[in-house]
Amino acid sequence: MKQYLLAVHHAYDAPPMSDEEMQKAFAQVDRVNTELRSAGIWVFGGGLLPPDSATVVRVEGGNTTMTDGPFAETKEQLGGFWVIRCADLDEALAWAEKCSRACMGPVEVRPFEDEPEG
Amino acid sequence: MLGGMDLESIYRAEYGRCVATLARLLGDVSLAEEAVQDAFAVALQKWGVPPPNPGAWIVTTARNRAIDRLRRESTREARHAQALLLRQPDEPREVGPVRDDQLRLIFTCCHPALAPLAQTALTLRLLGGLEVPEIARAYLVPEATIAQRIVRAKKKIRDAAIPYRVPDAAELPARLPPVLTVLYLIFNEGYTSTAGALVRTGLCQEAVRLARELADLMPDEPEVLGLLALLVLIEARRPARVGPAGELVTLAEQDRSLWNREQIAEGHALVRRCLRRNRPGPYQIQAAINAVHTDGSATDWAQVLALYDQLFAHSPTPVVALNRAVAVAEVHGPETALASLDGIDLPGYHLLPATRADLLARLGRTAEARATYDEAITLAGNDAERTFLRNRRSDLD
Repeated sequence: MKQYLLAVHHAYDAPPMSDEEMQKAFAQVDRVNTELRSAGIWVFGGGLLPPDSATVVRVEGGNTTMTDGPFAETKEQLGGFWVIRCADLDEALAWAEKCSRACMGPVEVRPFEDEPEG
Repeated sequence: MLGGMDLESIYRAEYGRCVATLARLLGDVSLAEEAVQDAFAVALQKWGVPPPNPGAWIVTTARNRAIDRLRRESTREARHAQALLLRQPDEPREVGPVRDDQLRLIFTCCHPALAPLAQTALTLRLLGGLEVPEIARAYLVPEATIAQRIVRAKKKIRDAAIPYRVPDAAELPARLPPVLTVLYLIFNEGYTSTAGALVRTGLCQEAVRLARELADLMPDEPEVLGLLALLVLIEARRPARVGPAGELVTLAEQDRSLWNREQIAEGHALVRRCLRRNRPGPYQIQAAINAVHTDGSATDWAQVLALYDQLFAHSPTPVVALNRAVAVAEVHGPETALASLDGIDLPGYHLLPATRADLLARLGRTAEARATYDEAITLAGNDAERTFLRNRRSDLD
């Protein structure tokens, strides 16, 4: 089994969704989450607050600095994610398709490094 | 020692099949490739006359070599692969599994998670057995670029766990088109090379060979048959397409006695087989257009136009619209055709101004035609096409 990150990229400069659309997306994501859990695929997932709520912590040469805002100043930022466990990329891509449809945004699929042998 | 030609033809015919089988046995494409290369190196040393079933010999030798190699290594992947191998001792080389192996490898090489150039390079390398320098020469890119693409693609197959399997019926509509596109692009790159000489025969033949194998493996997919028919019908006209000085000869001016009769008959038979299934798709329609072009002594343009209308309904792309305009000119005259070019947006594509220039010339609008030929000449990618356009332009004087 492999673990994959399904990352939802959100364009924060685009006009925001209407309340109605937002409710629709929430309901759809909820349904996908239920489906992921009952299929035994779900590891973890959640939506993130906007990037202006982010803080970056950096330790360099023993000094810690904290800066306001997201790490990269790009328009596209991580809006939420799932971590899933499944057999192979095709399975992960099929789930990503469902997730993308539900949250109405593009989803990037990235494999985790294999866990070290215990 | 074995003659070079024998080994060369055995290599061409068996390489992809052997890699495909070893990939299943080892669970890893890179290990499979190394093992098959090892086995061919052994064959070069050992074969006096080739064994009756050279493919089976290569698979067995490759498998044993892989076990030796894996025993010497102690990485996790090696242990995993060795475990896989030992679970399948001396599996007989049955026809069924081998055919599935080949299909699995085709779908893995053309997986949509890989970039188009990587899909093409991997297909030529693993299924066609072409060496990296050959692929680099064919695509006129540095060897290092191709080598890097192949390494990266194989790494992604392993890291992202791209599965080694044939898509099921429900997935096939999404997964088959990229495979057909890769084979079509390999052929097209050989046929109208983007730079330099006009035709690189090797790529065309390799694409036809792979399409033939695919049609053999998936005889119930009409678009697979359609692609094979299309490639065979274009390939059949290749001897007539380039003149003695390497110049381009248009369809209307081609010496039809130079066409390959056998390939044309094969192409027509394939098109008829497709028509009976009545599940048309873009490759089948393009094959049908080429069947009309190669039927009898002259083209039935009304039929070609009807097929282009059908093709445009399926794939409303600017390139299809441009090709349709050529048929419009033959059926309804250059004036109507010229009007149909309005709104076609193909920046940098030399055949758009080339077609427009031809229509302007036919309408006697010589000055405009001349300027439009100049535009096409600047954009043309290879010498034969440039020469052809220059000749057309000077015919206006």
